Amino acid sequence: MSSVPDNAPQHCPGTQSEDAGKASACAGCPNQNICASGEASQPDPAVELIKQRLSNVKHKILILSGKGGVGKSTVTSLIGHGLASMSPDINVGILDADICGPSQPRVLGVRGEQVHNSGSGWSPVYVTDNLSLMSIGFLLGSPDDAVIWRGPKKNGMIKQFLSEVDWGDLDYLLIDTPPGTSDEHLSAVQYLAQAQVSGALLVTTPQELSLLDVRKEIDFCRKVGLRVLGVVENMSLFVCPNCKSRSEIFPATSGGAAAMCRELRVPLLGALPLEPRLARACDSGELPLSAPAAAAPAANTHDALREILDKIVAACENSSN
Amino acid sequence: MLDQVKRVLLVLSGKGGVGKSTVSTQLALTLKERGYKVGLLDIDLCGPSVPYILNLEGHDVHQSAEGWVPVYMDSEQRLGVLSIGFLLTSRNDSVVLRGPKKTSIIKQFLEDVYWQELDFLVIDTPPGTSDEHITVMENLRQVPQCSAILVTTPQEVAIEDVRKEITFCRKTGIPIMGLIENMSGYECPNCSECTNIFSTGGGQSLAEYAKIPFLGSVPIDPRVGRLAGQGLCAVKELPDSKTSKVFGELVTLLGENSNGVN
Repeated sequence: MSSVPDNAPQHCPGTQSEDAGKASACAGCPNQNICASGEASQPDPAVELIKQRLSNVKHKILILSGKGGVGKSTVTSLIGHGLASMSPDINVGILDADICGPSQPRVLGVRGEQVHNSGSGWSPVYVTDNLSLMSIGFLLGSPDDAVIWRGPKKNGMIKQFLSEVDWGDLDYLLIDTPPGTSDEHLSAVQYLAQAQVSGALLVTTPQELSLLDVRKEIDFCRKVGLRVLGVVENMSLFVCPNCKSRSEIFPATSGGAAAMCRELRVPLLGALPLEPRLARACDSGELPLSAPAAAAPAANTHDALREILDKIVAACENSSN
Repeated sequence: MLDQVKRVLLVLSGKGGVGKSTVSTQLALTLKERGYKVGLLDIDLCGPSVPYILNLEGHDVHQSAEGWVPVYMDSEQRLGVLSIGFLLTSRNDSVVLRGPKKTSIIKQFLEDVYWQELDFLVIDTPPGTSDEHITVMENLRQVPQCSAILVTTPQEVAIEDVRKEITFCRKTGIPIMGLIENMSGYECPNCSECTNIFSTGGGQSLAEYAKIPFLGSVPIDPRVGRLAGQGLCAVKELPDSKTSKVFGELVTLLGENSNGVN
């Protein structure tokens, strides 16, 4: 990635270059002295800080999707709950990096909670004993408040989330991201450069419209050197609650996630059906998998999720060995 | 900038995947069917969907003395489209840009495209309230006759983000024309039982709460979903569907509004 700042003069050699501050283009640049002193080519001190802070976190997983509304937050919360319910000794943290549209507080049912600041950093909000969450949603006064920020401010927030939250010892840190391949994603990857990210989990729906953007996200992962743990296909089939017939609401005209995964050689972890009760559980923030039997999602959602969880655990264990 | 454009319609939503691009393209196609000259600008730089939906993938944008020439859907040039998708060589290519670069591309899209005379310019946006949106707002402030159409789905998770977008519109002073609720129910093709997959009535109550006009709710209709990728207009292909009714009414309303002004 180029280190040329966006507001640099023409022919800027880039702040990380050996010629930084010495090239002819640098004459007259207000930052010439900083570049020439070699200070600019030092890595961002935050990277080291974040490495220290997250040294007690075993596996860090980014949840990505080029497309919005495919269920990144839902899948993140399901996986978070799923991992946490495997054993009380497994500690899971969720970081909501969607600054402009934070959904995790609602999906996990902890809206209106407060984040406290202590000597060791921000303490996250605990959803259960071993599942904690940090989101910008906790810092907003009202649900109507909009966070109208350009990139650099969002980056600052993500840096703070990564370096100042006191997660304690974690087995898994799931980072839920907004749609796209822009500031939030680049920042998360760059700040985590030294912290050994296990990989990225991509979420998609079966239509080509969504796969198109997910292809771009896979290209992004390759460009920044992020391992793709696998793809989860969400909303793949709809079972009518009345007549139990199956229908494809979002038809996989181009073969769905399976065909894309074959084409781009990334693993497909599984498919989750479109489940109205799951959508409702997300709105009310209930724990979908342990809800009373009558309201619990159909067994196939449960099984599909279990399979996806097993594959994620296996992929993470693989990467740490 | 955009001097020859009579009216600008921004399609916004805080949430992703609620159907902004589907609404934008169907709106543009319906306007075109009614005989208006329409431009469609896709400023979703990281996930451009418009070229795929309109079946225009692989077309190129040409440069002329007056600026970039949009890709036209028809030989009469009544619907012009511009998207970053036309500038990419492969559909697998990602556009990894930070804010300032996105800002300058959007400025170029707004200033350097040779739209010619347009009755309507529909602008499709990415989700959120960040760089793209701030840039568009700042630049469109000088353009009269600009309003926003918000798109939501009925669940609380989406409504929550759209409430943020309403605040954004109010803060930046852009008039909200109204709210469309998408994916509001699904009729089982087998037993005709209507299931509210993503809950129901959320759009209507949000419109009442925020005191903005409600423009109608569009159900989940796989027939409409299948039109994506073919560039076909729902009003023409599926005249009896609820989707066509909502878009037909919306365009009639737009026609009345602009006649009243002129």
